[in-house]
Amino acid sequence: MAPPVIDCRGVERRFRMGEADVQALRGVSLRVDRGEYVAIVGPSGSGKSTLMNILGCLDSPSGGSYRLDGEPVERLSDAELAAVRNRKIGFVFQTFNLMARQTALDNVALPLVYAGVPRVERRARAREVLEHVGLGNRLDHRPDQLSGGQRQRVAVARALVTRPSLMLADEPTGNLDQATGRDVLQLFDELHAGGATIVLVTHDPQIARRARRRIEIMDGRVQADLAQEAVLG
Amino acid sequence: MAERVPRPVPLFEYVRVAIEAIAANKGRSVLTTLGVIIGVASVVVLVSLGDGVRSYLAEQFAGLGANLIIVQPGHTETSGFGPPLQNVQRPLTLGDAEILKQRATLLSGVAGDLAGGGTVSYTNRARDVMVIGVGEDFWSVRDIHVELGHPFTADDEAARRRYAILGHTVVHELFADENPLGKTIQVSGAPFLVVGVTAPKGRMLGFDLDDLVFVPVTTTQDLFNRDFVTEILAKARGRENVDAAVAQITDLLRRRHVGHVDFTVHTQQDLMGTFTRIADTMGVVVLAIASISLIVGGIGIMNIMLVSVKERTREIGVRRAVGARKSDVLAQFLVESVVVSLIGGIIGLAIGSGVITVSQIALPSLPAKMSLWIVALAFGFSAAVGILSGVLPARRAAALDPVEALRYE
Repeated sequence: MAPPVIDCRGVERRFRMGEADVQALRGVSLRVDRGEYVAIVGPSGSGKSTLMNILGCLDSPSGGSYRLDGEPVERLSDAELAAVRNRKIGFVFQTFNLMARQTALDNVALPLVYAGVPRVERRARAREVLEHVGLGNRLDHRPDQLSGGQRQRVAVARALVTRPSLMLADEPTGNLDQATGRDVLQLFDELHAGGATIVLVTHDPQIARRARRRIEIMDGRVQADLAQEAVLG
Repeated sequence: MAERVPRPVPLFEYVRVAIEAIAANKGRSVLTTLGVIIGVASVVVLVSLGDGVRSYLAEQFAGLGANLIIVQPGHTETSGFGPPLQNVQRPLTLGDAEILKQRATLLSGVAGDLAGGGTVSYTNRARDVMVIGVGEDFWSVRDIHVELGHPFTADDEAARRRYAILGHTVVHELFADENPLGKTIQVSGAPFLVVGVTAPKGRMLGFDLDDLVFVPVTTTQDLFNRDFVTEILAKARGRENVDAAVAQITDLLRRRHVGHVDFTVHTQQDLMGTFTRIADTMGVVVLAIASISLIVGGIGIMNIMLVSVKERTREIGVRRAVGARKSDVLAQFLVESVVVSLIGGIIGLAIGSGVITVSQIALPSLPAKMSLWIVALAFGFSAAVGILSGVLPARRAAALDPVEALRYE
């Protein structure tokens, strides 16, 4: 049987803030299987951002173990973590974070640059993913020529282009109006239906209800972990 | 699972990103590179000028005659060109020249000469010229050809004949189109028969080598009432014998001068060395000035790169999130710094070569010379400036924590 995508055991994260130690995560154990659609919710300061950074291999835990796709990542070097992020994780950010001077196609192809994929193949794969998210006719538009919803679709395409094991979305609708936000969540539903593993971090219970499982974080601990009937918008 | 080693990001990708970033801030980028532009342009102009001066000098001194050795009266440690020392205790004489001619086996020619100013006139035209009394070997030693007529013979010299050989300028000024051979001219009031005309020699260091009147050296001694010579010119047998010939001359003359080295022997290389040393010193000074401008340019680039890293903190965070390693970020900003500097270098090179081209048209006598190695130098300098000024900003960019960078507003 395939290993779980996320397998956290007793993950801790401490920060030094001047004199004091701040414990942002106090032993989080978490398991997410392939194809799950999970929402991580919690108020600001709950530790959900720290957890997301660790799940996304942008940060390393101070204690505990984390296996991503069966691979232990808590002791990897910076360059190794970069390679893991490149191959296994696709990020979707609240502020889209696209390269302002590059076309949609180049933005989507960016992760493939760091994977060492040749240019022709990069462009072909980026085009394919952009078509998949419904932007086949916007390939050569720069971000300032796209609407907010389209920008977030480009960002989703960029997250998917390396065919990652895990898509991590941090408040993906936070900068969008309600209708556009619904469209993006609709896209997430379709990706989930297509077999993608999605972890969505949000403070908004309404959005969290779109997922099939809700994990509540409070004071650096998992407060609740419950399967839920997804409410389709 | 073993880590797959990713293929390196091709350099072209970094260059593409760098050009996009530079193009997005055109005005700022051009202002940033101004220091490099000025620095490279001045290096190009100054180095090509120095290069031109050196080859001009080499050309000029080659015109003196190959393997030339000059003996001057009075002992000096300094070498080079200059007026003969006045009031020397013991002047050089034709006897000195004669002994060298007979005994110095490494010399293929020896000629004492005595120069002075004089007025030459023919019919109603007159001209102040340099009158040089020359020995028989003078022509071969100095590599001057008698084009019309014939050189002086040993007999002319022994008999102190009043014969003259004229330079081209003198012929042109006194005779215009008339054939000067066989005519009688006045040199300082005394009649001289024109027996020859030298082939044109051109100018050397601004001195017209054709504005000269040559007469036998013995005749000049009579004319100027002197019993010595200004200097003795000699020609070594082959380039490899120059140093040995100098030793031989020194030895022979010292013995003749009862053990005193009261004369100085210069070679053509000594004379040229003086001038090239001057050119080299000037070159070092101007390069120092130009490098100050390059350093200022480098600091400008470093400054703007630091600003750029700050402005693009979020971009760096995103690149790190999608898989860029520290080394990728480092390389990207280093390449950008080098590209900025190289653009400055190319503009500087264009301005520099433009200045040289214009100056060659406006001042044809200015010996400026563009060569390929100067182009290489310009690129080398600007690449070096780009690397040096990019290291600090690039390291700062690479050291950014991805989480912090993504959170940066």
